[in-house]
Amino acid sequence: MTVAAFTFYFFALTTVAGGLMTVISRNPVHSVLWLILAFLSSAGLFVLLGAEFVAMLLIIVYVGAVAVLFLFVVMMLDVDFAELKAEMSRYMPLALLIGAVILMQLGMALGVWNYADLAQANIAAPTGEAQNTAALGLLIYDKYIILFQLAGLILLVAMIGAIVLTLRHRVDIKRQNVMQQMHRDPAKAMELKDMKPGQGL
Amino acid sequence: MISADIQTVMPEIILAVYAMLALFAAVYTTKDKMAPLLTWLTSGLFVVLAFWISGGHGTVTAFDGMYNNDGFSRFAKVLILLSTAAVLLMSEGYMQRRGLLRFEYPILVALSVVGMMVMVSAGDLMALYMGLELQSLALYVVASLRRDSLKSTEAGLKYFVLGALSSGLLLYGASLTYGFAGTTLFSGIMASTADGVSLGMLFGVVFMLAGFAFKISAAPFHMWTPDVYEGSPTPVTAFFATAPKVAAMALFARVVHDAFGGIVSEWQQIVAFLAVISMFLGAIAAIGQRDIKRLMAYSSIAHMGFALMGLAAGTVFGVQAMLIYMAIYVTMNVGTFAFILSMEKDGRPVTDIRSLKSLSKKQPLRALVLLIMMFSLAGVPPMLGFFGKFYVLRAAFDAGLGWLAIAGVVASVIGAFYYLRIVYYVYFGEDTDGLNGKMPKVLWFFAVATSAIVLLAWVPGINLFGIETAAEAAAQTLVN
Repeated sequence: MTVAAFTFYFFALTTVAGGLMTVISRNPVHSVLWLILAFLSSAGLFVLLGAEFVAMLLIIVYVGAVAVLFLFVVMMLDVDFAELKAEMSRYMPLALLIGAVILMQLGMALGVWNYADLAQANIAAPTGEAQNTAALGLLIYDKYIILFQLAGLILLVAMIGAIVLTLRHRVDIKRQNVMQQMHRDPAKAMELKDMKPGQGL
Repeated sequence: MISADIQTVMPEIILAVYAMLALFAAVYTTKDKMAPLLTWLTSGLFVVLAFWISGGHGTVTAFDGMYNNDGFSRFAKVLILLSTAAVLLMSEGYMQRRGLLRFEYPILVALSVVGMMVMVSAGDLMALYMGLELQSLALYVVASLRRDSLKSTEAGLKYFVLGALSSGLLLYGASLTYGFAGTTLFSGIMASTADGVSLGMLFGVVFMLAGFAFKISAAPFHMWTPDVYEGSPTPVTAFFATAPKVAAMALFARVVHDAFGGIVSEWQQIVAFLAVISMFLGAIAAIGQRDIKRLMAYSSIAHMGFALMGLAAGTVFGVQAMLIYMAIYVTMNVGTFAFILSMEKDGRPVTDIRSLKSLSKKQPLRALVLLIMMFSLAGVPPMLGFFGKFYVLRAAFDAGLGWLAIAGVVASVIGAFYYLRIVYYVYFGEDTDGLNGKMPKVLWFFAVATSAIVLLAWVPGINLFGIETAAEAAAQTLVN
């Protein structure tokens, strides 16, 4: 077994094991940690494929940001996971049966995988000997520019949606109005009184 | 090169830029007070774009084949834009009265229309998915627009979770297809299937069709439809029943003919199965419904079955029949929802069909409009709905699917029961304190206009308003 093959199987097995433990571990915080392991080992797989940039993205974005965000959400949400699990375990035998059937079917289908005659020509790298980042840039900002822009629109819709569904304008609270504050006239805002000693107002 | 590409997607760019400008304008000025104006502006822009697009000629592909501007996409886009404009205009008054009209509503609808336009023009699996998600995400949000209502938020959440599941199925199918063909371009997939396909690729086809079946709410992927239709605010339900269905159906047709056009015999049986089961489920399950929005949900499932029957033929005439059916379906639904939106009792909306009893004695004209719509939905000649069914049945029969056509006739007869029961309630129901209140003018206009279209389409000089030739030209650009 070559080093590359060994590394591949190592990372592949760790990814699958991490994914499995994410689903079945009892403590949700442990789940997130297993998820981070799965992300890290898939980053290793990307490095093996020669896609260093995607590997780094996976670590920076998914491990660095998304997983940590998950961790916060899991810790802050007051969800009784044990109860959810109990509900799930009622359907577990049926789910396992269906899962096993689908797995066997997919095994049969994918076990005899063959490519179309044209596939090899289609997947040949179109950008020549460009570096990872440069090649990605050429694809995303040039060839697939419309998809990139559409992805931006989708994010815009997500943002509008989050605001529409959660923002509530409350009328009974005090708000800061900067313009009003700046245009306050000291002459009108306060009044100077000359108090004589020993007398009230 | 890039300027020509941008020229091709100009309608989408204009709509997207309009949506962003409108968002800015509303946020920085009067917010929700601007919503009625925005609703009318958006509808106006839809109509202008529809006329502009309908004047296009020829077939242009842009972005290396990822985007098609052909007769088929133009037909679908005009249908989408006009029906959305009608639904937006109808919803303005209703949402205003219920305090639901927020300025984001027309903007989200506009963005979802951008997604639909990309869907019907897609020439690549990635463009297809981007369009589909843009459309769906906006729909999830508008479904739960009435966020203080438990039913509405449940509808949005259900739609979102099941929609994510269907996206997963679709993406898995797309990845298997890509794994076989080595390309995501429809033309490339078509070329790679020239000398047979593998079993794995067929799995991909099945997964993708399952994802599309979910989006058009064809049985057995229909479970979300009744709940979402019932829970969403009624104008949103009217929107769900029209434009997104056209877009998803057009996308379905585009993929099976553009990408899998070389393996018609492989997907024909799947589509025929979906058609049969949707027609029967829609017809039988609707019988027990008392809520008119749930009833319309099952009705739409049945209608999607009929439209799929045209597609199952796998011929140019089949696609033509499907397009005609969708155009007719949308027209009838706009009319029916114009009526449903006006169903009120003491100023509160009602959706129980028993509240329609003896409507004819109180408001004979309004009852007549409903009668025309129900007869047309049931497919009674010479109403417009009959011609839609006639075309798809003929397409199935010509393609040698006689059994499918017979099943369609049987399902249509079963389905007629619940449409006619509504007519029975309206004309012969016992006197109860049912609906009261007048129909608002905008709704009245749409109800009468669609009734006139539905009634007069068969007149020799009108010939279905020329939709037949337009659909034929559109179908010919798709199937080759």
